[in-house]
Amino acid sequence: MNTVIAVLTAFMLLSASMLALLAAIGLLRFDTVMARTHPVTKAITLGVVFACVAAAIQVDTTTDTMRLLLVALFQIITAPIAAHMVARAAHRVGSGGSRDLPLDELREAER
Amino acid sequence: MTIVLTVCGVLLAAASLLCLARLIMGPTLADRVIALDALLIVVVIAIGVWTAGTGRGTYVEALLVVALMAFIGTTTVARFIERRGDT
Repeated sequence: MNTVIAVLTAFMLLSASMLALLAAIGLLRFDTVMARTHPVTKAITLGVVFACVAAAIQVDTTTDTMRLLLVALFQIITAPIAAHMVARAAHRVGSGGSRDLPLDELREAER
Repeated sequence: MTIVLTVCGVLLAAASLLCLARLIMGPTLADRVIALDALLIVVVIAIGVWTAGTGRGTYVEALLVVALMAFIGTTTVARFIERRGDT
């Protein structure tokens, strides 16, 4: 049982680090603000959930376990809000590739 | 477990360097804010990896605080961009 838990933890930690690296590569390679929002919101959130659940498995007191699960839940809730606010601000200012979108329903709605 | 922690450290260091490159290069303010958010979340993952590797709950509060600061900072600068322009 201990071996199973250790292997599971190691797999989750390596997945979390790999997802962080992939999100950073996406952040560097994509070309507009709207595109760069995606890796930072999706891939890295899954990485945080993996790291926090692995830490929650390994930590020994119940308080720390609940706190780590709370951090994972908090990240799931707040990452879309933050990315949405940055993308909406860039859209309102008119930068970040928001001028040459093929379909822009937000601009028509705000007119 | 030591090998896993070393590999995770190398991967996270590479990720933070790439985020730092986007933070320095990023043409607009929104790019820099997204890169800073990603950098802080990489820090959160690093603290989580340390906590899981050692099994000690010493830095769980720091994890919570860094996650909160990343959200509040990003939201604040987004409001700032809406009001003052994206330069």
